[in-house]
Amino acid sequence: MTIEATVGPPLAPRTTAGLVIHPRWVRVTHWINALAMLMMIGSGWQIYDASPLFGFVFPRQLALGNWLAGALLWHFAAMWLLMVNGVAYIALGILTGRFRNKLFPVYPRDVFHDLFAALRGRLSHDDLSVYNAVQKVLYLGILLTGVVIVLSGLSIWKPVQFHALTSFFGGYNTARYVHFAAMTAIVAFLVVHVTLAVLVPKSLRAMIVGR
Amino acid sequence: MPRSRKRPPGVDSKLLIKDAAKLLPEPSRRLFLRGAANLGALAVLSGCDIVDGETSDSALRVISTFNDRVQALLFNPNTLAPEYPESAITRPFPFNAYYSQDEAPDVDSDQWQLEIGGLVDNKKPWTLPELYKLPEVSQITRHVCVEGWSAIGSWQGVKLSDFLKLIGADTTAKYVWFQCAEGYSNTIDMPTALHPQTQLTLKFDHQILPRAYGFPMKIRIPTKLGFKNPKYVTAMWVQNNNAGGYWENQGYNWFSGL
Repeated sequence: MTIEATVGPPLAPRTTAGLVIHPRWVRVTHWINALAMLMMIGSGWQIYDASPLFGFVFPRQLALGNWLAGALLWHFAAMWLLMVNGVAYIALGILTGRFRNKLFPVYPRDVFHDLFAALRGRLSHDDLSVYNAVQKVLYLGILLTGVVIVLSGLSIWKPVQFHALTSFFGGYNTARYVHFAAMTAIVAFLVVHVTLAVLVPKSLRAMIVGR
Repeated sequence: MPRSRKRPPGVDSKLLIKDAAKLLPEPSRRLFLRGAANLGALAVLSGCDIVDGETSDSALRVISTFNDRVQALLFNPNTLAPEYPESAITRPFPFNAYYSQDEAPDVDSDQWQLEIGGLVDNKKPWTLPELYKLPEVSQITRHVCVEGWSAIGSWQGVKLSDFLKLIGADTTAKYVWFQCAEGYSNTIDMPTALHPQTQLTLKFDHQILPRAYGFPMKIRIPTKLGFKNPKYVTAMWVQNNNAGGYWENQGYNWFSGL
């Protein structure tokens, strides 16, 4: 326990020492989501392999569930974890004002500026509690992708009961491609997200212990 | 409940079962993991029984039963499966089974009859000419396979809800069970059996149902996945116990509604 933050002069530059960067609910929902995502992606790859949309299949060593029936059981079990956790996360994000404070406003000019700074390795990570514009765009994008993958998934699961939703995604066949594209976007995000967490280890620490 | 039935001529059931067994990916109860590659998945459902996977397996089946109930609640008896124009019909409509097309049952229409049993007033078996005389309904709907692919087909036959009334079935019973010529079987819930699009199908695209699609009769249920649409049907029982089905017993979700 440190008391630095509370005794610091009021006008001193903001420091992360002692301040909670990620409240407990963010950390809990983050790791539950990570687990649910791994289960959904692993089982989803096995389901994809039963009737591939493209000229490739996923290696069975990476897929969850021994064959299609097992993968489907995993997929439709993990979906509850993903949905309940996702709804809790979004509700808390809105109610606590975290989304508004952390993700908005986001201006295109800042995004370009921060993107170039990041590519030149000159983006500051001193204050983990403030997201740069690139982070804001990526987190907003992945939130939206999360909504799309759940809704397109529901439209494939229930193309009769939810036929209006299925039509919204362009019909049953197109909805399968939308679902796949959303998965691809999430995997791409994961690669960047995990790489950066490894490059800036204190960000990983913040997501585990909160500061 | 008697499970025995007349063996259709031309089908060697031993050979069929042997061939079917070859096509099965793994012993059915082992639905679980391959190796320990799936790190994330291990912790949640498996408890202490990580290596074996049996605990996961039964936990997953409990959730699948929960999903049956959720789907029964989601099922709206008045929601119709979308219908399509003739131009949308998939040609050729795919043959699909756990055996190859030339191993499909070759049912002798003179010998065949639909056996009726269970909670039904009139258990008289039905011959094919008798069924052809009943009022015909038609639909062009999407068949969705559990594997993900889909195809649009055109089916004609008798509305199952009308047929159940005709034979004096107890429609307060919970399930309808179907037995098929090759040994396939399937149980559906009564609300789905009474759905206006659930059909005793005798024709495909206005022609007598070809062997590949289940001659002489299949059950067409556009509100359920393809494997819940049994072909080569030989018997129908109205009952209160869920007798499962060929694929459901190997791990596919039982309700499998669309």
